[in-house]
Amino acid sequence: MPKVKPHRTSPSLDMTPMVDLAFLLVTFFMLTSKFAPQEDVVVDTPASISEIRLPESHVMVISIDKDKRVFFGLDDAKVKEDLLTSVGAKYSVGFTAEQAKKFTGLASFGVPVQQLPSLLTLSTEERQKASQPGIPIDSVNNQLIEWVTAAQRAEYKAFGKPAYIAIRGDGSADVPTVKRVIKILQDKDINRFNLITDLEGKPVAGN
Amino acid sequence: MAEIQQQADSGGGGKKRAKKMSTKIDMTPMVDLAFLLLTFFMLTSTFSKPTVMELNMPVKPKNEQEQTELKASDAFTVLLGADNKLYYYDGLLDNNVKPDIKSSDYSADGIRKILFDRKQRNPNVVVMIKPDDNSSYKNMVDILDEMNITGQKKYALMDISKNDQDLIKGSGL
Repeated sequence: MPKVKPHRTSPSLDMTPMVDLAFLLVTFFMLTSKFAPQEDVVVDTPASISEIRLPESHVMVISIDKDKRVFFGLDDAKVKEDLLTSVGAKYSVGFTAEQAKKFTGLASFGVPVQQLPSLLTLSTEERQKASQPGIPIDSVNNQLIEWVTAAQRAEYKAFGKPAYIAIRGDGSADVPTVKRVIKILQDKDINRFNLITDLEGKPVAGN
Repeated sequence: MAEIQQQADSGGGGKKRAKKMSTKIDMTPMVDLAFLLLTFFMLTSTFSKPTVMELNMPVKPKNEQEQTELKASDAFTVLLGADNKLYYYDGLLDNNVKPDIKSSDYSADGIRKILFDRKQRNPNVVVMIKPDDNSSYKNMVDILDEMNITGQKKYALMDISKNDQDLIKGSGL
């Protein structure tokens, strides 16, 4: 009786379709994910149980770091050039085309508008080392409100709706600065604020 | 697949046979890498968005008459002090009424329990949050978070008054 030979199948399996799919997904996620530009200011936000996510676009972020410095950032690159020229015109500060282009790539900045041209000539590494004093928010020289109103105007012009205003404060930032920023915005009839926080687990209710 | 059919020797050069080499490529490391990247991008793209907490401030009143007076029985004040300290009292602070001030903390057994109790006694309670200038922004976010946890709908963020500061000092807590 002849020996029954088991049918020999190759143990290596064809991985090509799986690889195709994996790379397709990698490409998809690589292209859709937007990398946050390097922030010039370190802000460690406190945690809250809120689960509302920050919108994808049209976000204006006012950062307050632990040294009471205020930074301003807008994510819409399209309107940033418009914003820069309108605020620059108000304080009669001129910007070159190159500086304006650099400004559109900037996540946030924290210098008075008079110092902005010199900040924009620096390279990215130099800028990160440069100390930025923060945007003036005192009543004599309140530049923050100029940036906010000019940005809202530019957003209206480009998209027909105002930007979402978010306040990103450091956990150890002091309350007077935060309150001052809120008051500045309230003077312009902005009464809804969104405080950026980290996600924290929800506690069990009733204990 | 990455396999090439070995062509049969076209005779000629005697019995010399080309060494048979497997042209199959082991794709496992590539697949490993692909999935690693896939996992990375999937996780970073969903978790990168920070969360926000909404804070609605009252609209500036046009005239003072429109404002309604808050009843003392509905009032509950939380004072945020320096060094993560927290004080609270029932009722309104007046020149001739000195409320009983107590201290608490930000833990689950601290102010959260008190807020729950207070709410059970009077569902119409209005919490007034008054952060001191020496308190940190984290304290402010924490107490606003407690409002969300306890389901307190009516609360207001206010400036601390001189009387409140004196009350903290005078209490010795």
